Amino acid sequence: MTENNISFEAALIELESIVKQLESGKGDLETSIEAYEKGMVLKQYCESKLKDAQAKIEKITLSPNGDAKTENFDLA
Amino acid sequence: MERTLFDTLNEDKDKVVSNAPTEYSVSQISQQLKNCVESNFSYIRVRGELSRVTVAKSGHLYTTLKDDNSVLDAICWKGNLQRLSVQPEEGLDVVCTGRLTTYAGRSNYQMIIETMELAGEGALLKMLEDRRKKLAAEGLFDESRKKTIPFLPEVIGVVTSPTGAVISDIMHRIADRFPCRVLLWPVVVQGQRAAEQVIAGIKGFNDLPKENSLRPDVLIVARGGGSLEDLMPFNDEAVVRAVAESDIPLISAVGHETDTTLIDYVADLRAPTPTGAAEKAVPVKTQIVASVLEYERRMVLSVENRLTNLSQHLEVLERGLGNPLHLLEVAMQRMDQSSIRLDLSLKNWLTHKKADLRNATIGLSVITLRAGLKNHQQRLDDLSERLRLSMIQNTEKSEQKLLYLSSLLESLSFKKTLDRGFVLVKDKATGQAIKHVSSAINAENVTLQFSDGKISAIIDEK
Repeated sequence: MTENNISFEAALIELESIVKQLESGKGDLETSIEAYEKGMVLKQYCESKLKDAQAKIEKITLSPNGDAKTENFDLA
Repeated sequence: MERTLFDTLNEDKDKVVSNAPTEYSVSQISQQLKNCVESNFSYIRVRGELSRVTVAKSGHLYTTLKDDNSVLDAICWKGNLQRLSVQPEEGLDVVCTGRLTTYAGRSNYQMIIETMELAGEGALLKMLEDRRKKLAAEGLFDESRKKTIPFLPEVIGVVTSPTGAVISDIMHRIADRFPCRVLLWPVVVQGQRAAEQVIAGIKGFNDLPKENSLRPDVLIVARGGGSLEDLMPFNDEAVVRAVAESDIPLISAVGHETDTTLIDYVADLRAPTPTGAAEKAVPVKTQIVASVLEYERRMVLSVENRLTNLSQHLEVLERGLGNPLHLLEVAMQRMDQSSIRLDLSLKNWLTHKKADLRNATIGLSVITLRAGLKNHQQRLDDLSERLRLSMIQNTEKSEQKLLYLSSLLESLSFKKTLDRGFVLVKDKATGQAIKHVSSAINAENVTLQFSDGKISAIIDEK
């Protein structure tokens, strides 16, 4: 699925909770700065995931020994 | 009916010129009959109710088709049985296609079934409902079994036909929303081989190892609209079970919105159409990008606000801290106030004490003093009076005593002696009595006291 140990959705959810935490103004300044830094890392991670995406369609073909391979598939 | 048993018999009669009937062995006549039946009923279509459904160990199906008055033995060979679109069950009203043959060993005739369909839509729907209830009772459709569709899949596996609108609808919608990698597992979606190919597709994707980058994060099993019969592969029990066993979350999208197949019950998510499946599989990229940017904006804003607030707070505190001299002024002022209060309190104390003293001296007034003095004066007067009286008394007594003593003294006085003729000589100068001659020598003028008076004398003879 992903190389990283966190999914895009989990990153987005955590980012959202950090934003809410920061907006609440709770916690001391040091904690808030740490949260901010973590939020920025998550934001960059999310952006990298979004940038990578591009549409591509392939067709699965099975070799005689049953291994799945792909070949380009053109939509009719 | 080109050829009948009757024709065959007639032909034989032409060859043999005899009135006696031709003699056949049992096998011969059985073979003749078999040829006759098979050639005349090589492709027939028979409707009847399935009865005495038995699958032998060999895998072949033995059953009978019956109606109100007749029964017809029927066989479905193993190979065909697996391809039947209907699972033969007791009591099913079916239409079978196939051929007739005979079984010489039992003097039987029977139908060899090639295909089997349910007779009429009502019967088909009843069969599907029964199957749905059976699978539901097994818990295959339970909500607890449903897996969550990933929010953002990187690879989407699609099991559908490579031709037709379905795959291009899915692909276009995915490209519009969130472009990503799509793997197509091409299958036929209709007819006898559809079910087994769909199963192979679902299992094939699931069999890809987790580390294989081809392994999809979500599957879509899709087919366009069609008749109830067209959609039957997606009601296939084996297909339903394959979907239930899929580890990869699966979205079903078969037919139009109004069509519901059994695969829709077992899928983790049911989409009304293939396009709908694409919408459920991927979010809208622009919205996600906007959310991420919005989160960033809010995050930066709130931290900036926080810092602004804190620095304002700091300024306020700094102002509150003020000039140290001012602090000293306050202290000095406090000290001054304290000392003023100290003075005041001393004065007050003094005033109090004076008042106390005043209060205390009220008892010491002149009146009181005078009263006291008067008392004392009176007492003094009394005492004086008493003293005077006692003095008078004493004086009287003393006078009496003196009188007494005077008389006594008089008797003892030198005057008496003078009376008796003696003279008292006194130095005129000193007034001292001259008792001896030696004293008289020093005196010139003397006084001679007689009992009846004095007379001066001069000593001339020394």
